[in-house]
Amino acid sequence: MSDMQRVAPPLTTRTADFWRSGADGVLRIAHCRACGLYMHPPQPLCRRCHSFDVGFDPVSGRGMVYSFTINRYQWKPGMPPPYVIADVELAEQAGLFVQTNIVGVAVEDVAIGMAVKVEFEQAGDAFIPVFRP
Amino acid sequence: MIEGKALISGVGISDCGRRLGRDPWSLTAQAALAAIADAGLTPADIDGVSTYPGALASTPGMSGAGADDMRSLLGLNLRWYNGASELPGQLGAIVTAMAAIGAGLANHVLCFRTVWESSAQTQIGSRSETMRSGVQRERSQWIDPIGASHSTYGGLTMQRYMYESGTTREQIGQIAVVARTNAALNPAAVYRDPMSLDDYLASRMISDPLCLYDCDVPMDGSVAFIVSRADLVNDAKRAISIAAIGSAPGFDQSAAMMWSRTDLKPADVDMAQLYDGFSVLTLRWMEALGLCPRNEGGRFIEGGHRIARDGELPLNTNGGQLSGGRMHGFGALHEACVQMRGDAGERQVPKRPQVTAVSSGAEAFTSCLLLTL
Ligand SMILES: [Zn+2]
Repeated sequence: MSDMQRVAPPLTTRTADFWRSGADGVLRIAHCRACGLYMHPPQPLCRRCHSFDVGFDPVSGRGMVYSFTINRYQWKPGMPPPYVIADVELAEQAGLFVQTNIVGVAVEDVAIGMAVKVEFEQAGDAFIPVFRP
Repeated sequence: MIEGKALISGVGISDCGRRLGRDPWSLTAQAALAAIADAGLTPADIDGVSTYPGALASTPGMSGAGADDMRSLLGLNLRWYNGASELPGQLGAIVTAMAAIGAGLANHVLCFRTVWESSAQTQIGSRSETMRSGVQRERSQWIDPIGASHSTYGGLTMQRYMYESGTTREQIGQIAVVARTNAALNPAAVYRDPMSLDDYLASRMISDPLCLYDCDVPMDGSVAFIVSRADLVNDAKRAISIAAIGSAPGFDQSAAMMWSRTDLKPADVDMAQLYDGFSVLTLRWMEALGLCPRNEGGRFIEGGHRIARDGELPLNTNGGQLSGGRMHGFGALHEACVQMRGDAGERQVPKRPQVTAVSSGAEAFTSCLLLTL
């Protein structure tokens, strides 16, 4: 999907470090340094232990397709269909999902349970994490 | 418990349809005045207003009128009002009204939902644009860069549901096919032409496995209810009781809460009006509410006989949102009341329902109501 002209996300104080993380090819996820819980989308305190010691820490970038859908409509001028939107469950934690695109594979070959790995596509100042089998 | 303290005393609906081009305030007033008259009241009796999603948080089409708009439109003397989008599902506006009555803040609350998405899309642009607001900007960053849309959730949840339960498109399609059959008997429904399962299966994909007929259809219209303090109801025989409320976020949590507040059981339900923004959501509600076993929804509705108007569990008897039109749960509640009163005319279910399950919303935006006579 490298030919996609993606809409750049607004870099908010809550999420800028997430969107910039991919500049060095590493996915970072909001992580409670007190109890170890990962959270996505990011939030400034821990949902489980309520510690405010939360920061963006590197993860393996590996995960599994939890569900996916083949988008058939052109919602954005720079993103011609079809393409796959998926919930990827990251390897680090059960129930830790990133909603993303699956790239580098024919849309009809994507399947639930497929192992995938992160890569990034730039949009403005942001690096959008997408996943490839 | 507030359930015994408040009843639905009146129901009203405006003209409904595609691109009516009517002022949404006019539609709202039409529904509201009908509901007030149906309750045997006058606007002077109304001292509360409750609506979803309110005027402020929304975009053109999603909200036709706010709570305060209604105050000035009808010259109401209010003691309490609420217009909000962060509620337990769209029907959270009803739950909130009941809570206000239970707390003694109001006696007769006008509850309403007005949509004019159908007209707004002509005037402003596509559905995705009309659904977007500044408030949603923080959320849009998770949607726009990956080219997601409103239908993405429908596709993802349908795919996962089919994977976990082994349900087929042929089975899920019965939600849409039965709705279309029911809509044929509802003059206010948007789509009334016959549709077969083959038509469903052949319809174009929106976001696989979600096809066109899995998605509800925007319309213009307004639905209103009067929720009244039980001891102030004029005609108790026409009032509909709310035996139990489920307002917890989540299909299962909402359903479990509802059943925990009543002695009635899922087997007592003889009609269901369940949220069908996407057809698979109806199955998820059926299972959450215990109307069929977990992961068995597809097999339960196979062939469509059980959920037909004359089946053991009539479902979405006005055509639901899929064929009737998107009234965001308020249409489902309206149809439940009309059927339970025996006022549904040509589409009246043969055995007048005594216990009806109604639901609205999905995921963390859910509520359900158990209605009794
Ligand atoms: Zn923690």
